[in-house]
Amino acid sequence: MQHQTDGSVLQRQSIGALSIDTVPKLAEYQTDGFFDELVDQNNLARPDAEELVSLFNRLPPHELIRRQDAIERALFRMGITFTVYSDKTGTEKIFPFDVVPRIISAVLWKHIEAGLKQRIRALNRFLCDIYNEREIVQEGIIPAELIDSAPAYLDECRGLKPFNDVWCHITGTDLVRDNSGTVYVLEDNLRCPSGVSYVLQNRHVMKRNFPQVFSASRVRPVNDYSSRLFELLRDVAPPHVSDPTVVVLTPGVYNSAYYEHSFLAKKMGVELVEGRDLVVEGDLVYMKTTAGLRRVDVIYRRIDDTFLDPKTFRKDSVLGVAGLMDAYRTGNVTLANAPGTGVADDKVIYAFVEDMIRYYLGEEPILPNVPTYVCQKEQDREYVLAHLDELVIKAAGESGGYGILIGPQADAKQRDEFAKNIIADPRNWIAQPTLQLSRVPTVVDDHLEGRHVDLRPYILCSRPDDVWVLPGGLTRVALKKGSLVVNSSQGGGSKDTWVVAEAGQAVASIHGSDDVVAG
Amino acid sequence: MLSRVAESIYWMSRQAERAENLARFIEVTLHMTLDQPEYMVDPWESLILVTGDNELFESKYGEATCQNAVQFLAFDREYHSSMLTCLYAARENAKSIRETLSTEAFEQVNDFFHFVSESSAPQLTDPTADFFDKVRCQALMWTGVLDSTMAHNIAWHFLNVGRLLERADKTSRILDVKYFNLLPRLEDVGTAIDDLQWSTLLLAISGFETYRREHQLMDVEKIVAFFLFHRTFPRSIYSCIAGADWSLREIEKESQSDFAGEAQQRIAALRHRLTNTNVKEVIAGGMHQFIDQLQIELNAIGESLGQDYFYATQSA
Repeated sequence: MQHQTDGSVLQRQSIGALSIDTVPKLAEYQTDGFFDELVDQNNLARPDAEELVSLFNRLPPHELIRRQDAIERALFRMGITFTVYSDKTGTEKIFPFDVVPRIISAVLWKHIEAGLKQRIRALNRFLCDIYNEREIVQEGIIPAELIDSAPAYLDECRGLKPFNDVWCHITGTDLVRDNSGTVYVLEDNLRCPSGVSYVLQNRHVMKRNFPQVFSASRVRPVNDYSSRLFELLRDVAPPHVSDPTVVVLTPGVYNSAYYEHSFLAKKMGVELVEGRDLVVEGDLVYMKTTAGLRRVDVIYRRIDDTFLDPKTFRKDSVLGVAGLMDAYRTGNVTLANAPGTGVADDKVIYAFVEDMIRYYLGEEPILPNVPTYVCQKEQDREYVLAHLDELVIKAAGESGGYGILIGPQADAKQRDEFAKNIIADPRNWIAQPTLQLSRVPTVVDDHLEGRHVDLRPYILCSRPDDVWVLPGGLTRVALKKGSLVVNSSQGGGSKDTWVVAEAGQAVASIHGSDDVVAG
Repeated sequence: MLSRVAESIYWMSRQAERAENLARFIEVTLHMTLDQPEYMVDPWESLILVTGDNELFESKYGEATCQNAVQFLAFDREYHSSMLTCLYAARENAKSIRETLSTEAFEQVNDFFHFVSESSAPQLTDPTADFFDKVRCQALMWTGVLDSTMAHNIAWHFLNVGRLLERADKTSRILDVKYFNLLPRLEDVGTAIDDLQWSTLLLAISGFETYRREHQLMDVEKIVAFFLFHRTFPRSIYSCIAGADWSLREIEKESQSDFAGEAQQRIAALRHRLTNTNVKEVIAGGMHQFIDQLQIELNAIGESLGQDYFYATQSA
């Protein structure tokens, strides 16, 4: 391990036995040998979680459940729901939310933030490069055929130069911690990462339900995300436009992330448009209003690349706008993120991100990748096929927890099936060791049990060297006992994420937006 | 504003208003059956007739009993205009324009939908149940939240046009319910039972107290005039049309077009006609015919709105 990821262990040891009495202990809780984000192996609160753990110890029985219920009702009332089966019955559920927050120390956050900024700078350089000069290929660092064979690689984007040289304006990187507490990057998510609305909503309901402990924990605010996003979008507008019109482009109300699209448009005070609201005339993009057509300059698009423009990509797309890519190429409109960024999400390309950092920035990676076997390489493939019962196998072009085999939990038949797939199409498969993801106490019935989590911070990039990381993120939790799959489509829930402020940093106020600076 | 958003906000508003008025229909009919001697025509059948969807009802339910009618009008998700279908649609529309509404407005329509969705027919037909009181509260909250948490900008004017056109249509139909009920026994006019029924009708548009203050005694002409022509009572047809007319003029101002849209012209003409018609002429010419004509004109206004604002093609 290259770095100390959490100062808590060292600090505790140096204080000595005397302080043990004053450090609250989470009663009747089992870490089961996993790395827990809130307590150490002896169930003693980590330094930033002391307030929270003592609150849990003080709460009368069922109080936690009561607050959990109150929060779920609030989310239901806010209509942050999805329909369970056919619409006709109208049965609706909220996305599962757990009241126990995940706390990240200032030291650990600094490390994560620096690592993410570095990574985005390198990835953005990579995207510029492969759609233009391709120096990284000429230098022999990444074989051209791996790039060209990535399903998300778009030949239509060759030669494009987005304004400010920014391709990945908005990123939601997935991080995980293993048993040692080391933080790894699991996925980069450079296309349309979702979930930031849940970060803001989770925070909103937590402030209401745990005001004292929230205040005492000196948490950094997340509520300026939408202003930051809006500033970013205006900043990357076509340079000749003085007062750019920004819109959010959604596939529509039936998309699973529709709530978020609407939420962000509302928070930014911009129009939420569907493809049918836009029209391209003379390479200019307009939206159809009650007072006729109105120019659009920046599109925060939450539609996949290939659905953007039926003239250029999928002919059957009814979600997109015919002629949009021409308007984009002509420089009359900004698309955020730029089309084509998905190539870097390809899990085979992901395996090269550490090399990209070394090549483009001349730096050592701050956040490591999860070690990755690329089945296209013969040596890796042989290893993978021989160790299917130890590894996690992933389809290179899939996301959202699909196309995954968790070797240790699979049976022989499933493993055989994946082995056949790997041999038939090695380019499409990678493998990684099965990480024992860190855990956070989570409400189960009337008590707390450890459940595995990951973390998705959100990163905004307005210039190649101007990268901002939201101090917080979406902590996704696998609610099923023992499960390592946190995706909401597969029984995952979410938690509020508290990044602790250090001196001089703003602290979130429980009264909404008037955040104060910590002393 | 976006044409699609204007259309959705207009429909959202109409659908919520429609749901509220259906509750008023059911409530008034329920009260009529409680007060009514057995020889009168079955009010549930006439209520279904007034909706204009009697064929669908008969094919699904056959006989118009109280339970069947309430199930159909309030909870039948296969019926395009049941309370629940309307609220579902209103909420779906609200979801699709959530960024335009205030947070409170979205939460209210969400809550309204869930309230009705969790109720059931026996709760409605039990006269002691507080379903109707609660629906009224929900509806009043909805109106109040829209009016007091959103700027009265073009979006608000579109929703105001939607709710007022819908309300005008439904006020006319409430009057029509009485018309059907009166048909067989004209000699009952002016009796105690008749008074009671007219009172119930006034209650259905929350107009009983205002009417009493102005006229004290029940009088058919005055009541019909109250429904059709009252200048300021918010559920009278005239007042709905005048309000929608105002909102359309405000919308026109913002569209900066050189000539008035078709919808605005039509509503101005309707307003003019209402101003120049008196209640004696309406009754002499046949109230049902008058209401029929009114409903045709309201539909035409709705169609013109689509042409004028919802399908934009011209550059601003």
